[in-house]
Amino acid sequence: MDKPLNNRAWLLVAPVLLFVLFSALLPMMTVVNYSVQDQMGENHFFWNGDAWFRDLLNPATEVGARFAGALVRNLAFSVTALLIEVPLGIAVALCLPRKGWTVGATLVVIALPMLIPWNVVGTIWQIFARQDIGLFGAALTGLGLHYNDTQDPVSAWCTIVIIDVWHWTPLVVLLSYAGLRAIPDAFYQAARIDGAGRWAVFINIELPKLHKVLVIAILLRFMQTFMIYTEPFVVTGGGPGNATTFLSIDLVKIALGQVDLGNAASMSLIYNLITITLSWIFFTIMTQLDRRREE
Amino acid sequence: MLAWMAWTWETALFFCLIGLALVVLTSLAVFRPETPRNGILGFPTMRGDRFFVSMLGAAYIFIAWMWFGGGSLWYPLAIAATFGVAMFAFA
Repeated sequence: MDKPLNNRAWLLVAPVLLFVLFSALLPMMTVVNYSVQDQMGENHFFWNGDAWFRDLLNPATEVGARFAGALVRNLAFSVTALLIEVPLGIAVALCLPRKGWTVGATLVVIALPMLIPWNVVGTIWQIFARQDIGLFGAALTGLGLHYNDTQDPVSAWCTIVIIDVWHWTPLVVLLSYAGLRAIPDAFYQAARIDGAGRWAVFINIELPKLHKVLVIAILLRFMQTFMIYTEPFVVTGGGPGNATTFLSIDLVKIALGQVDLGNAASMSLIYNLITITLSWIFFTIMTQLDRRREE
Repeated sequence: MLAWMAWTWETALFFCLIGLALVVLTSLAVFRPETPRNGILGFPTMRGDRFFVSMLGAAYIFIAWMWFGGGSLWYPLAIAATFGVAMFAFA
């Protein structure tokens, strides 16, 4: 089929480009400028070359050690959250009803956590996790477990992971559920004729058909966990020590707490580079999967 | 007006070159259309993809150079340029 091609349609994108210029490109260029200069007093900048980057990439320096630590912690957090959320989300989606009035009710209940803003989630859990008045903290303490999210690194870490699982597994559930609903009945009928068991149906029909939505779910969840800020900021403040100091928490401490613009700028650029790389890899995988399916 | 952005001629030159590259790539796409080509990356690429991979690779080449405590940045620049040429030739 021949589609009409009119490049003037690009003009319609111009307002968005203008918006992106002011919301993203100019600030980004400023960050690049900051990353090669040192600042003295008010807006007196001196050329500093690659020194900020060399500091950042050398784990022997203070800022380098902080960056390496936060990066490792953040990657560990993202992987942990994904390993829990993706299988759990698929499992919940498989258990959801497929017809009747319960469908709407269940979906609304499951979607509720996603509607709550991050800082509200943080505040809810800050109280929920207290050992004296919080249901979660008090229950664990009552069971005889050593739980203290402000003093014990393991507790703090688990709390942040549980918050993220509670807040964002619904996204995986909804995406998987939509993917499952899109599978034509004929596949299941064929499986029944072949005498396939539940597990065989899952491995050979459902999982391959979920492939695409799962790539999207993993991309979204990875990006969000990689940029996590509000929950640790509100609940643990990055502590105890620096157990939950993830990249964005550390970045804000350096940029706004210490006003080390050079360190913060070089850190954000490398942080940004990692994000761009991962997005590009996911995007390439997704588009290539589409292309192969079409062929 | 732009004082807060703390411009230097080096970074300005850098962004001008990036902008110029985008303009050149866009005009090439308009006046010399191309079809995707399957190269060493294992998936079809166009000029834009190859440019993006070159830029991304260049950033990591510089990072690796500084990570291992290398000296003058002209060496990684040469490596990155070679990498870019290779990407445009074989990717």
